Parts: sequence; C-alpha cells; structure tokens
Amino acid sequence: MRFAELMAIGTRIETGTLEFSAEDIVRFAEKFDPQPFHLDPEAAKDFVFGGLCASGWHTAAGWMKMFLAYWAAESARLQAAGIAPPDMGPSPGFRRLQWLRPVYAGDRITYYATLQASRELASRPGTWLNTTLNEGVNQNGDLVIRFESNVLEFA
Amino acid sequence: MTDSMSDATLHFEDFVPERQFPLGPKIVSAKEIIEFAAEFDPQPMHLSEAAGKASILGGLAASGWHTCAMMMRMIVDSFIGRSTCQGAPGVEQMDWKKPVLAGDTLKGFGVVLEARPLKSRPGIGIVRMRTELRNQRAETVCIAEQSIMFRMRESGENRA
Repeated sequence: MRFAELMAIGTRIETGTLEFSAEDIVRFAEKFDPQPFHLDPEAAKDFVFGGLCASGWHTAAGWMKMFLAYWAAESARLQAAGIAPPDMGPSPGFRRLQWLRPVYAGDRITYYATLQASRELASRPGTWLNTTLNEGVNQNGDLVIRFESNVLEFA
Repeated sequence: MTDSMSDATLHFEDFVPERQFPLGPKIVSAKEIIEFAAEFDPQPMHLSEAAGKASILGGLAASGWHTCAMMMRMIVDSFIGRSTCQGAPGVEQMDWKKPVLAGDTLKGFGVVLEARPLKSRPGIGIVRMRTELRNQRAETVCIAEQSIMFRMRESGENRA
C-alpha cells in the first residue's frame, strides 16, 4: 500500500495527544536545553514566557512520538486486514518549523499530520518523497508548533 | 537577572554577521540513542545495533530529533548559556545529511547570517544563524538555519 492511499492528500489526521508535565519538561531540558525558562518555574517569571515551558525540541519530539503511535496502530490494523503497510524510509529533514506559542507545564498537545504531496523521485524510481504538514494544538485550540517534513517511501 | 549579568554576557549586539561559535565535541553513546528513541522515536534502527545494520542507515543511528536536541545542547553550552536569549521562533530548515551512529563524535559551528531588531518587541533582536555538525569522518551530518531572539544591551533595564 502506498502512503498516499493511507493518508489522502490534504486530509488532516489526528495522531494523538501528549501531556507535558513539569517533570517531563525539566527532565528533557536538563539533558538538551538547560535554559532558565525550561528548568525553573520561578526563574521563568523573569522571561517573556512568564512560566515554565517546554523546550521547542521537546514539543517537536512529541510530534514524532505521537505520529509513531498512530503509525504502529495503523500498521497493525492493515496487517490484520492482510494489507502490507507502506514501507517508510528515513527523513532527509524538515522546513519552516515555527514555535508559535509556549507549551506550559500541564498543557495537553494534540498532534496532526497532513500529507501535502507525494512524488516519485526521478533519480530513484520506486522511491517516493512524501511531504507532510505537521501541527500541534494545545487544549485551548491554539496552534503551538508547525513544520513541514519529508519522508522517503519505498515501493 | 539583569543586574547579575556582566559585560561578558552575550547580547543581541554581539551577534554580528559572520561571527562564529564552536559547537561540541559531543560523543554519542548507544545508551543515549536508545534512551531517546525509546521515548520519542521507537523505530528499530534507533533501538538496536542489529536493526540499524539491517537498515539503510547502516548501524544503530540516532533519531533525527535526537540529533536536533543534541545540537541544541551544544548551542546552549557554546553561547546561549551565557547570553540574553529570549527563546526562538523557529527553524527555517534542517537537513539530516548523514546518519549519526553510536560512538560518533560530533562537532561543528554556528555562524551568524543576519541580525535585526524586532519591531514588535522593543529591546529584542532576532539573529538568524546557520549551524552545522560533522562527525569524526569529517562528514557533515546536519545543517540547520534557525532564528534565536536576544535582548539588547542598551535596553537591558527597561524591558517589559
């Protein structure tokens, strides 16, 4: 099965919701992004964010986590129906990532993916490049992150 | 916080075009790769050496998001940690050029491309940078273009 058959172009798929606890925010930031507004609720008050908020990379990694959860469930569903799931390869990267609002401790982010384009590579027949628009929305309906990513698919 | 900041603290004005900051080195362990992947990107080539070897990546390979996070840590350790950083609006582009494999040593640089004051937020400027990481084989593993906000030196006392 092709990816574009599973996710119709232009259809926004909800992949899952992730809650960002203060503990998770600090644990990620201690390893990867130790800035005051990601580590300490009191120190965060001195910054424009005004409260403890997640590293943008934590928010982005959360998209991957929920996409894979969705993907695992879809793959299992297809296999149970006797259909081979799309054979997805690695990603060469992403474009236009925007952190539009802070993700604060206690926020629940619902993630989405929308397939925008799927094209066969002229240089590698049998390999497709899929472009998706990826988004995260908080519990108030505000968009907090968006980016466009590419992922390879093999025939 | 402002009072404790010495002149050595990097402000917006210090990020002049072409200025470079070193990143790394950082040795990437198998344990870290697996730990990150188990939480955020549990695909076989990020979780075991055998699955990595069998994949197009050729070995136990870090999630691209892990590489981003490690790059962020190198950026914090290099210059953000001694700056007036006010967060980042986004990343225009991230290219994952080569797999980051267990045991690799990553290092690179960040270079300022452009710096301009933010009209919407007096006292804050935005700096666009290119950051690159290479492995011990001198292969470029990732290239990013990203924007970071910094408070200005002269407006340090009257920010909102």
